[in-house]
Amino acid sequence: MKSVVLEPRRTPQPGMASRRMTLAARRALTAYAFLTVPVLFFVGIRILPTLYAFGMSLFTDDGKGPTLANFKTMVGDEVFRRALGNTLLYVVITVPLQMAAGLALALLIGRVTRLRGFYRTVYFLPYITSVVAVSWVWRLMYDPNSGVINEVLGWFHIPAQLWLRDPHEALLAVSIVMIWQNAGFAMLIFMAGLEAIPRSFLEAARVDGAGPWQVFRWVTWPLLNPTVVFLAVTGVISALQTFTQIENLTGGSGGQAGGPLNSTVSMVVYVYNSGFNDFNLQYASAVTVVLFVLILLVTLIQLKVLNRAYEY
Amino acid sequence: MRPSYKVAGAALLAVSMLAGCGGSQGGGATNGTGSAGGSGNPVTITYWQYSYPSKVTEIKKLIDEFEKQNPNIKVVEQDFPYDQYNQKVAAAMHAGKGPDILNLYYGWIPQYVKEGYLQPIPEDFMSNQQIEDYYIPMIQDSKLDGKYYALPIAVRSLALFWNKDMFQKAGLNPDQPPKTWDELIQDAKKMTVYENGKLKQEGFAPDVQGQGYHVFEEVLLRQWGVTPFSDDHKKVLWNSSPAGLQAFQYWMDMFGKDQIGDPNFETDYETAFKAGNCGMIIDGSFALGGFKQALKFNWGVTTLPTKDAGGTESNFGSYWVNGIAKGVSGDKLQAAEKFLKFLISEQTQKEWLQSVGELPAAKSLSSDPSIASDPIYGPFVKGLQNAHATYFVNESEERQAIIDETNKILLNHQPVDQVFNELVQKEQSIRDKYFSGQS
Repeated sequence: MKSVVLEPRRTPQPGMASRRMTLAARRALTAYAFLTVPVLFFVGIRILPTLYAFGMSLFTDDGKGPTLANFKTMVGDEVFRRALGNTLLYVVITVPLQMAAGLALALLIGRVTRLRGFYRTVYFLPYITSVVAVSWVWRLMYDPNSGVINEVLGWFHIPAQLWLRDPHEALLAVSIVMIWQNAGFAMLIFMAGLEAIPRSFLEAARVDGAGPWQVFRWVTWPLLNPTVVFLAVTGVISALQTFTQIENLTGGSGGQAGGPLNSTVSMVVYVYNSGFNDFNLQYASAVTVVLFVLILLVTLIQLKVLNRAYEY
Repeated sequence: MRPSYKVAGAALLAVSMLAGCGGSQGGGATNGTGSAGGSGNPVTITYWQYSYPSKVTEIKKLIDEFEKQNPNIKVVEQDFPYDQYNQKVAAAMHAGKGPDILNLYYGWIPQYVKEGYLQPIPEDFMSNQQIEDYYIPMIQDSKLDGKYYALPIAVRSLALFWNKDMFQKAGLNPDQPPKTWDELIQDAKKMTVYENGKLKQEGFAPDVQGQGYHVFEEVLLRQWGVTPFSDDHKKVLWNSSPAGLQAFQYWMDMFGKDQIGDPNFETDYETAFKAGNCGMIIDGSFALGGFKQALKFNWGVTTLPTKDAGGTESNFGSYWVNGIAKGVSGDKLQAAEKFLKFLISEQTQKEWLQSVGELPAAKSLSSDPSIASDPIYGPFVKGLQNAHATYFVNESEERQAIIDETNKILLNHQPVDQVFNELVQKEQSIRDKYFSGQS
């Protein structure tokens, strides 16, 4: 393999460079050269803008600063508090439920002997479908007058609901879409986690007289710990950053996303609205900084609490 | 031709004829200025607008014409969905990747100027006096600190569209649209169909976030005898008399108590009307371009209802304007000026009426009797006579405030009078914030 890579470089230019540098040095140089591109990309696209946003958060809309004015405004800002509260609600509602649904699906599919691939594909499909498309289909399904969901409720004589248009139901309606979409991903990861559990452990437990629940509770579940940690961390981070579903389910036709009455607004949606609808990029940056700190804290805590040592 | 197109077709024909013969007169003037400075290096300028199909098609056509007249100038048109337009502009302008000339709602001018996206219309291009001589007086509402930053091609007013077939089916006279708001509600009730608590067909689409809030601010309030804003635009006067609350209550009843429709029925009123499931809507003349092709039923247009028969008429006038981005200079500025001149020319305005449906903004054309007597454009031209263009300081924030506050009534069932006062306070604070930053 090595010679295949190096050969063509040597033939066209048998010049000076090859003579002076050792093979190892040249190989390292090649590696660094390739690494530079993604590093530059990462620094340019991620790190620098982040730092820039940090800097911007210390200035006000009319160019005064550095000051903490934006953060002071935030304390008294009702919509910000709503966004913060909603974001935490999204985390608390969606993460456990999508993981539970994913685990249930994984366990069920594990028992199925026929058409396993088919079921796996069906439940995984929502995750790989475009969030925008999915959100719009749900939006149509949620429509109080012509939506299929109210139609079905009607068969059971349940009164039509307003769903996305009721400030008390909208957040739940958005969460349902998120859970439905993310459960497939959780399922796939859980399936992999379940595969990784040595069969001999399960058999040993059964031989010792453990019932199905006991096997799950005392063998499967503890051994799934790394999977749970992974899903919890990624799930919480993505729930904290929820944007696309909310934008597409509640935005458009003149009103800002996050409605009605800010009942579905999340931190990121609020950042977007203040930055690009109210043109206050400085304030939006300040909210982003808060979100950044929040994500950092939550991740650190999660890794500490959930990542206990486990042994096979 | 389909029989249901009779009215629309006849109108189209009439207008195209009048626009055709007018075009030959107005054309000379534009060509004259166009070829005057036609030499120089090739320049490419970018034009941004939001994606309104009839406007996009028309602008593309105009650009072709313009490029033929000015072979050295290339105009690149880009358009973005309405909901993302401001975001796109903000992001691009801050990144220094914005357009050279862009289309914006007149209500956004204060915001765009504050953010530094626009440069004033150069004095040597068109002085304030020239602008005010050229355009109808409504345009003067877009003057900011004594300067014009952007110029319109056309203006719009509102009118009542009604579905004659639905009127007929409901036992109403299809040629007699309502004249007062009370009549409108009565007619609408007859056309509204609920099934198991779900709306299947609506008589009238009440609305806040589309044209609805304009109808409240500039039509209902004025007809109820309330001047919505002080002359210096600084004070919100909606609750300056008890009539303001009455008008608000009347408006809110259309959404709830009257049971005549739902603002979100079939996404929005334009869609519901196009689908033939909505008896009446209030919309701007700009809808005509799309409606002429899409409507598969008999329909008509009439002036907005009044409070009492023969009472005060009022209308909301608005317009989209074209401004040159800040920082554009040299050859590009010259090219942008030339393109702007072309866009606002009388000839373009006539074409615009025909293809988009917006009314000419030039003084010389607005009183054209052949437009005023047209069955479809007539009501809009008539509406323009009593039209008021709200002076917005932050259109999107003002709109969001009224959406949020009305939702408190419609969704949370909070008391109307309390919310109304809150709404006035909120709108006032938006103005206070803007004007305190001004001085």
